[in-house]
Amino acid sequence: MSAALSVRELVVGYGGAPVLRGVSFDVDEGTVVALVGGNGAGKTTLLRTVSGLLTPSAGSVHLDGEDLARVGVEDRVRRGLAQVPEGRGVITELTVEENLRLGGLWRRDPADLRAALAEMYALFEPLERRRTTLGHQLSGGERQMLAIARALVARPRVLLLDEPSLGLAPLVVAQIMRVLRELCDRTGLTVLLAEQNVAGALSVADHGLVLALGEVVASRPAAELAGDEALRHAYLGF
Amino acid sequence: MDRFVFLLGTGLARGTLFALFALALVLIWRSTRIVNFAAGAMAIVGVYVGVAVTGLTGSYWLGLLATVLAGGLVGLVVERGLLRFASARSPLSGVILAIGLVIVLQSLLGIAFGQQHTPVRAPFDDRPVQVGGVPLLSPYDVFVVVVALGLMAALRLLFVRTTLGLQLRAAAFEPEVSRLLGVRVARMRTVGWVLAAAAASLAAMLAVPKELGLNPHAADMLFVYAFTVAVVGGLDSPGGALLGGLTVGVVMSLVTGYLGATLTPVAVLALLVVVLLVRPSGLFAAAEARRA
Repeated sequence: MSAALSVRELVVGYGGAPVLRGVSFDVDEGTVVALVGGNGAGKTTLLRTVSGLLTPSAGSVHLDGEDLARVGVEDRVRRGLAQVPEGRGVITELTVEENLRLGGLWRRDPADLRAALAEMYALFEPLERRRTTLGHQLSGGERQMLAIARALVARPRVLLLDEPSLGLAPLVVAQIMRVLRELCDRTGLTVLLAEQNVAGALSVADHGLVLALGEVVASRPAAELAGDEALRHAYLGF
Repeated sequence: MDRFVFLLGTGLARGTLFALFALALVLIWRSTRIVNFAAGAMAIVGVYVGVAVTGLTGSYWLGLLATVLAGGLVGLVVERGLLRFASARSPLSGVILAIGLVIVLQSLLGIAFGQQHTPVRAPFDDRPVQVGGVPLLSPYDVFVVVVALGLMAALRLLFVRTTLGLQLRAAAFEPEVSRLLGVRVARMRTVGWVLAAAAASLAAMLAVPKELGLNPHAADMLFVYAFTVAVVGGLDSPGGALLGGLTVGVVMSLVTGYLGATLTPVAVLALLVVVLLVRPSGLFAAAEARRA
């Protein structure tokens, strides 16, 4: 299995204070990799660097073998890298349908875009009933579904998800995780899932990475990580 | 009653001009959080170009087109060459740059064309038409209303019905999220400045024949009234710009007609103060800011 996303020796800091200290890992095509760790571990910084919002002081990010160092955020999207940011990132002043259309900006064929929207409404049924509703009128769960659906409209090869379960009811989280897992199995989508909800993330992931103080301290199959009591106590707090 | 109808009509006509200029301020505010204090001076550059083209070709319509194009070009140059470099962390830096730009542009225009008022003729008769003995709008007033409302309707369609408009709105509301969706936010800001500056130049070109004439400061009062309109309507609200413009236009017209022109600026100021005290976000902001 080839790596869809490769991160090598990534070093990122804010104002001289290092947040990521030489992070390296691969995400194989068609797999879900859970990136877990406590508050301040560097998960969000890592995703923002992979998507291009932050510039690393050292190291590299490769998408399907291509070095993204000189590729801007907007062009990374066109190459198949999508991110659902922390806090969902729904544009609350736009309707559900307008948010979804934004995800499909690069589909030149209107019929193709319509098909993608129909597919998302089928995947996330509550959104179809609320297609003309403004983002700020949606529930937390609906906003998360919309943010994920919007990213999927672009048909990305790699999807970065930052804390999708934050503030959501367990049932909604389970529904979202199930949809993601099905998508990966059916379409070959690759997912890097940053989560504080360790048990939930590892339950759908193929592989797990534990990030602590800006370093990868463990990289193992998800089931193995979930069963390692010593590691869970030391780094994950449960 | 005749007098009231006449004042109401002229107030609404004037209000549409204020609304168009205010829309230019709203477009910039929504996308950059900068109150473009240079909007008047920038617009007048476009008007000078338009008047020059009219003088050379003898065609008012070519001059009008040149005004819009030159206004847009000024917007492009100002955004790309100056205001793009204003610090996003300090809204004040954009305001200071804009005020500096006013001084530079008005000085350069004064050096190039002088400070005297140059009369600009309206393309239509500016005398009110009498209907049943009641003086109503002049043909030029009707022309101004049609052009201003037509442009605002076109901008509304652009923002609501097109992919470009969707990107413009997204980039204004959530720049970072928009970048993650592939929207070229910097380019959208440039487009916003071009549209806003072109609209402001058109508004100034339409206003100049009704004022003393063209000089480097000819849009100063238009800017002041349009700024009031934008605040009254809600700086985030394009719909508020239209309703605010009509409100301010009618208030000015009625005060001028019944109480005298010297009280007009006081009335506008009083309206501004009342709105800021009672509803600081603008009279029409709450509903509109959540729409397009």
